[in-house]
Parts: sequence; C-alpha cells; structure tokens
Amino acid sequence: MSLEFGREAPLPAIADRGGPAQKLLTANGLRKWFRLSGGLVGTRSVVRAVDDLSLSVAKGETVGIVGESGCGKSTAARLMAGITPSDAGEIVFDGETFWAPGMKITAERRRAIQMVFQDSASSLNPRMTITETLAFGPRAHGVPTSEARAYARDLLAAVGLPPARFAERYPIQLSGGQRQRVNIARAIAMRPRLLVLDEPVSALDKSVEAQVLNLLVRMRDELGLSYIFISHDLNVVRYISDRVVVMYLGQVVEEAAADDLFSAPRHPYTRALFASKPSFDPRNRIKVAPLLGDPPDPVNPPSGCRFRTRCPIAETLCAAKMPILADVPDAPEGHRAACWAQVPGSGHSRAPRVSGALQ
Amino acid sequence: MKHGKGETLLDISDLNVAYRGMSGWIPVVRGIDLKVERGRSLVLLGESGSGKSVTLRAIAGLLQEEGARVTGAVKVAGEDVTTMPLERLLDLRGKRVGFIFQEPMTAFDPVFRIGDQIAETVVRHRGVSWKEGLARARELFDLVQIPSAERRLRAYPNELSGGLRQRAMIAMAMSCEPELLLADEPTTALDATVQIQVLLLLRAIQKERGTAMVFVTHDLGVAGEIADEVAVMYAGRIVENGPAEEVLLEPRHPYTQALTNCVVRGSYRDLALGELGGAPPDLSRLPPGCSFAPRCAARTETCAETDPPIRAVEPDHRVACLRAGAPAMA
Amino acid sequence: MHGTMAPTAAEAELPAETPVRHHSYLSVVFLRFIRQPIPMAAAVILLVIALAAIGADVIAPHDPYQTRVARRLAQIGTADRWLGGDELGRDVLSRLIYGGRISLTMAIVPVAIGLFVGGFLGILAGYAGGRVNMAIMRGMDVFYAFPSILLAVAIAGALGPGLENGIIALALVFIPPIARMAESVTTQVREYEFVIAARLSGASTFRILREHILANVAGPILVFASSQVSVSIIAASGLSFLGLGVAPPQADWGLMLSALRQAIYSNPWVAALPGAMIFICSMCFNLVSDGIRRSMEVRR
Repeated sequence: MSLEFGREAPLPAIADRGGPAQKLLTANGLRKWFRLSGGLVGTRSVVRAVDDLSLSVAKGETVGIVGESGCGKSTAARLMAGITPSDAGEIVFDGETFWAPGMKITAERRRAIQMVFQDSASSLNPRMTITETLAFGPRAHGVPTSEARAYARDLLAAVGLPPARFAERYPIQLSGGQRQRVNIARAIAMRPRLLVLDEPVSALDKSVEAQVLNLLVRMRDELGLSYIFISHDLNVVRYISDRVVVMYLGQVVEEAAADDLFSAPRHPYTRALFASKPSFDPRNRIKVAPLLGDPPDPVNPPSGCRFRTRCPIAETLCAAKMPILADVPDAPEGHRAACWAQVPGSGHSRAPRVSGALQ
Repeated sequence: MKHGKGETLLDISDLNVAYRGMSGWIPVVRGIDLKVERGRSLVLLGESGSGKSVTLRAIAGLLQEEGARVTGAVKVAGEDVTTMPLERLLDLRGKRVGFIFQEPMTAFDPVFRIGDQIAETVVRHRGVSWKEGLARARELFDLVQIPSAERRLRAYPNELSGGLRQRAMIAMAMSCEPELLLADEPTTALDATVQIQVLLLLRAIQKERGTAMVFVTHDLGVAGEIADEVAVMYAGRIVENGPAEEVLLEPRHPYTQALTNCVVRGSYRDLALGELGGAPPDLSRLPPGCSFAPRCAARTETCAETDPPIRAVEPDHRVACLRAGAPAMA
Repeated sequence: MHGTMAPTAAEAELPAETPVRHHSYLSVVFLRFIRQPIPMAAAVILLVIALAAIGADVIAPHDPYQTRVARRLAQIGTADRWLGGDELGRDVLSRLIYGGRISLTMAIVPVAIGLFVGGFLGILAGYAGGRVNMAIMRGMDVFYAFPSILLAVAIAGALGPGLENGIIALALVFIPPIARMAESVTTQVREYEFVIAARLSGASTFRILREHILANVAGPILVFASSQVSVSIIAASGLSFLGLGVAPPQADWGLMLSALRQAIYSNPWVAALPGAMIFICSMCFNLVSDGIRRSMEVRR
C-alpha cells in the first residue's frame, strides 16, 4: 500500500500477516509500578501506575481510553507502544510476539507502532527544521538523505502544510495546530499500522481541535490505521472511537463499544464521570456533583475495589474482594465492567439474581 | 439580565491595552466596554490571543507592573483601577476583589502552612487578632467544603491534591468577603469530576454571598455552567455580549457561531467536524476592517473595509458584526 | 463537507506568523552576546591579553629572563622598567605579557579537557541510566568529595611539578563537576517527547545522541564549563604559587606572585601586579561566561 499522497514512500509498508480476523495488538497483563525514593526507613511507597492491563485492538479499530489523573492512561499508552518496558506481561502484534520481558524490539519491528504526543514545547526538537525532524526516522532506516527530505516534503503536504512555505521552519515558528500536524506526520513517516495518541488535541484551541481531528480521521481511513486514542475529553473520545475503555487507578473498570458505553454506562465511576461533563446549555445545568473528593493517589490504593472509597453503592463485599472485569448481563456483546453490582450472585445488594437460583 | 435593576459593580469603558513589541506597541485589547452588576457572573470567552486574560489583569490592576500602556477606565465600585495609587490598589485587592488562578500553587507560599497564610491575610486586612484570623480560616474551609478542615489547615500547599488546592485558593480569595471574584481559567487543569465540584461551589458562593464574578475561559461547557452573561472576545475586541442563554444557544456573531459549531459532539461520529479554518490574526499586523473577516464564511466586501462597531440587536445583547441581526447559519 | 466555514486548514493561516527567515541558533546567540556591553568589554580585555601573550615576542619591550641587579624591585614608571622590576631586576611588564601564555593555557586547557571528557561521560551516564549511570556518577563522586584546590594540590603533588602535570591535575578536578552537570541536563532532555519519538523510530542510540541530544545539551554544559575557567585560572596560579606548576625562571603569574611575596613591604605595587592580572582575568572570564549564559536564555 503506497501513500496516496505523492510518490511511492521510500520505506516499505509493513505487510499484514494474520488476516482480518487476527487482532492487530494484544496486550496481556501489562504492569508498571514505580518505586518512590525516600520515605521513612523501612517503608518505600510504590506507585501502582498500571496493574494487570489487558487490551486488544482489532485491525482498523480505534480504541479510546478515558480516565482522570492518576488512572494510568498515559503510562498505559507508553507500555503498549513498547517505549516504557513493562514489569510483566507481553505484547503480541499481528500474531507475533512484539515484546516480552527481557526482549529488545528490533528497529524494523519498531516501526509498526508509533506515538503522537500532546503538543508541548518538547514534542519537536527546537534545533531542527521540521523537514530534518521528519527525515530523521527514514534516514535511520537507511533511506538516503535527499530521498528522505523529499519524502518529508510529501508528508508535510499530506498533513496540510504546504512544503513551499513550511519545510524550512523551526517549531517555534509554528502554531500549536501546525505543530501537531508535524507530530502526526512524524508518526506516519514510519508507515506504522498502529498509532498510539496521547491527548493529541488537548492543548489546542477548540477551533484547531476540529481541524486536527478531521486530519486524524482522514489519515486513519486512507492509510488503514488502527488507533489507541487517549483523552480526558469524553466528547472527543466518543467521536473518534469504536470501542472505549475506562480506567481508574491503574485498572480497567469498564469497556464497551462507544455508543453502547455512552448511552448505558454500568460502572458507578463511568456513570459519575459522564455525569460530570459540563453542560453547554445554561438552562440545563448540573445541580449536584456526581462524585465528591479528588481522584486518589495511586500510592497504596484501597483494598478490594479501588473505587469503593468514593462509590455511592459500595458495600463490605467491595472492600474484601477486587472485582474482575466480566461481561455485563443484558448488554450488547463486548460490554464488560469490573463491579460486583453487575455480577449475578456476587452478594452485592444490587447484583442481578442468578437466573434459576433460589433467593 | 435584569434591566437597570442591579447596581453596577464593575464598569469598563473604552479599555485599550498595548504591550511593547519588537517594532512598536502591539494592541492586545482594543476598545472594550463592559458592565457587571452586583451578584452576577460574567464569562469572558475566547481562545488564546483573544485578550481575555489581559482584560482580567486590567481589572485586577496588575497591568501597571507589567509595563503595558493602558487607556480607558476600569471602575470597581466607582474607583478607577488604572489610575489608582499602589497602596489603594493593594487595599482594594484584599477587601473588594479576590483572585483565583489556573495554577493554585502560585497563590500560596510553599514554606508556610495554608491556614496560617489565610489567617495572615485576614489579620492584615481586617485588623483582627491572630486567633480570630485562624477561626475565620476554619470557617472558610467549611465554606469551600474541604473535609477534615482542622487537619488541612495545618498542611503545606504541596501536600494537598489539585482539587483541594483549588478550593483552598478559593478560600483565600474569599477570606475578606470580596464583592468581586476574578478567576482565570481556574478549572482548566482539573479533572472533570473535580471541575464540576468547583463550579458548583462557585455558583453556591455567588448565590449565598452575592459575590459578582468575572471568569475567563475557553471552554464553552464551563461557560454554560457558570455564566449569567457571556462576552466573547476575538483579537482584542468583544464581538458578542449578552445573556448566557442567548449567546451560547443562539449566537449572532459568526465567530461565536463557529465556536459553538466546532464543539466536538460524540454524536457526530462518521461526519467530518465543522472546522474553523485559519488562525487568529497577528495583532501587530491587523488587517483593515473586521479582524474576523479573513476567516468568516459570511463576509462581504464591506467587511474588509469597515470595522464593525458593537451594537445592540436585542435589549441586552450586543454584537459587533455588519450582518448582525441575520439568523444563525444553517 | 459538514459545516466548513472557511478556506480549509493550514492554508488560510498565517498572518499570524513570524517571517520564515530564521537565523541559525549560533548566530542568534552570538548577536545577543555582542549586544551586552559588560561581557563584551570583558571579552575584549581577554582578547587583548591573549593576543599580547601570543605576540609576546613582538610586543614585550624586554627579554623576560634578562636579569639586571640595578633594576631590582624598581618602581613603576622607571625608564626601562615601565611596570617595575622584580626581585631579580627583570622587566615585570614583559614577564606579565609572557606569563599570559602559561597562565591562560593553564586556565583554559584543563577546562577544555574537562568539557570533552566530563561532557562525554556525563552525557553517556545521563542517557544510559541504570547501572552505567551509577557506575560513572559514583566514580565522579569520589573526586567530587574533595575541595577542588586541595584535590589539585594533592594530584599535582603526586605527579610532580611541571606544566603538563599541572594541566592533568586541574583537568581531573574539572571533569567531575562538568560530568555531573552534563548528566543532569541529559537526564532531563532524554525525557522530552522528541527524544522518545526518535527512539520510536528505531534509530540507534548513537544517532539519537548525535542528532537530537547533543545540540540540546551542549548549551548549558558549555555555559557551565565557561564559568569554570575563572576558577581554573585561580587554581592554576595557586599551583604555581605553591611550586607545583612551572618552575623558575619561567614567567608565570602565580610564580611571580610567590617570588614577589617578600617585596610586599618594599614595593607593594609591583608585588601586587601579578595578582592583579589573575584577578582581572578571572573577573573577565566570569563576566563573559555570564554573558554567554544570558544570550542562551531563549524566551521572548
């Protein structure tokens, strides 16, 4: 598959191996705990940033990840992209092991998963022109400099930055939206199959946000990419995702198809999160805060269900046993939640009855 | 907006602010007029570069220290802030005007306990004893719903989480019962579940204490939750100003319409999003005529020649557009 | 297209931007430096001293080794001893000019060595992290534990006197702090997203270091190193003063200071001159380093 925009790309496409039914990415049991230095003698706090994360992305699918501070979504992004080594688990890409503990990812395999970051002062090298930045990756793979530069210019044109005006600019001469386009161009320069996007539009003005989202959708469709899209903005996630995963304190608490999740969330946290979205309509204001307090520290999370300290329907059961992510009854396929109130016969007062059992 | 009923607390007339650039003065606020009545909340809505933050700083009287050139009048309870001597200004800031910033850490000194800092403010402005100051700090913590207030009063700023710090800053701002609260994107850095708590708190304070508010944000949702009135700013000008319901739900200015159009709605999946192409103009090189014209889909030739004055299209609703009065674009 | 309002995308942007012509980073720093009067003055003074030292054969009025008993401790302003005579009657002015050679060399060369060796080690430690970092930095800490002058004296004492040994001793003193600085900056830069993106592209570590890291850490490291030169000249003079640098009859400011110590009561002005030179140079290096730092501080 060649890039539609311009000539044949100098880097070859990464061939599909497993066929359409094979999941593009399967991450199993990823974990990241950070040890905090200092603290009293004998005690050392551990930040459980991500705990036992398992996620899969189908070919052509966009999986959105939402959550608040401390939920671990950014760490999860880096674990899945393979840029931060996980403490445990494995990552399988198109049927082959992409990463396992102790393994080093080869340069060639590295191309398949790329990341787009939030726009910030450090997302582009301030000392390089954007052409040099875009040419860097291909050159590292053996593409001669002149070809790499021509390729860079094609990429700029493809993301809506006419090379005649932009090629020799430095990042400081670009606006936020323009820089994000360069970030996107840099990621697709490697001809990846999966893009992990960490809050790619959060730092942009609303009017620019729409431009960049339209570009991302176009890229996805034209290049047959899959996305993992991380954001705190529920509207954006709903707009762009096929499936959505909700994280809280390092764990997945609910996942479902986007429309399903947004129309009928089951987990109390998800419900509270959705209900917290400010209304654009002054006549329809939120009257009561759906959730009190702050998202807790990922250091030493609560026992059992990590959400129980703020949960409106928490019971003793919830402190004793950690709920497992399980299929939700009476919901479309693939809707899973980690909540005892959703598990038939769990003992939670709101749990549905096990069909056929005596009460 | 009650017509002429409330007393005007904040009165801005023909405010112009310019900063020194590399080749002359750059106008960042260009001739704005605004009134805020007691107990009402106004949201200054705009994107980066619109001049909203500078306007807020003008109300706070912070511009003298920044070397900006300010003309026009900003009257808080009848006194012009732009010409006030520094001592009077400091007095005003404690007693009548309170601030809330985006980053709560900037309001507090990291080496002192929060309770002490608030108590000190109260003592300095009210002349009461230290004990009374601490009691007041305790009251304020209850007002802003900080749990375990006693313990938290003795905490240092960095020991509090983001949401608590923001509440502590609100407590500090309210410590001397100000009549006007100025807030610069106070919830932008907060999570959604915390943001709504803070917004509800501010609404409660407004209702119970009758505090007026001027709130700067780029987020339409936040404006929807907190504003009685909205003033939309673009390139240093107010382009639309009126009751929140009218401005947000039935905008008249093409820029406001574009902003509300651009809001990403999840239900738009599989549709391309409404875009607002281009970027805000370079304030050092403003085009003649309406500064929004280059990006406006409804522009005519006259738009590039004449700068539209802001004028009323409804009793309390002003718009700066030659085509104002035209219904919203489909 | 649903709801498009204006000519699409990035094309319509752009009255909002700066002109495309962009000076290279180095030329910007240079221009900024030139505009600062005090650092420029200091730089000019250093340049004059350095040029005088280089062209000493031409500029110095007399042979620096020529002793003349009749001119012992001559006063400043004597006909053939404009800045006076030293304890053996040699022309102080000529010795100061020639002395600049050794003194400036001993000021700059050790720091340059420290810059390259320390910079290399620090960047390596900073980028590699983990055990490599610990090994290198703990190694540096051993040296860092000693006060620099004492360390220089100890090493020079162990190696013996002489110009080369003096340079080596001082270089060993400057490598650890520069390495530490380099490690600190590199650790920061390593976390920037563009570096992570470079790693994601599969580029080799060496390539990333060369093309992405180096340009972004060189500035702060250079500024720090330049601030060490003013320390170096004093330390170098100290070594010579103690007899651990070059040997007499070489012209060297520290050595001159030592030799003229006894003259402090009979001819204090002349005795103070070498010290004045050291002081002036150290001050000027300081001011220049400050100027470099300020011209590298970006931000409009």
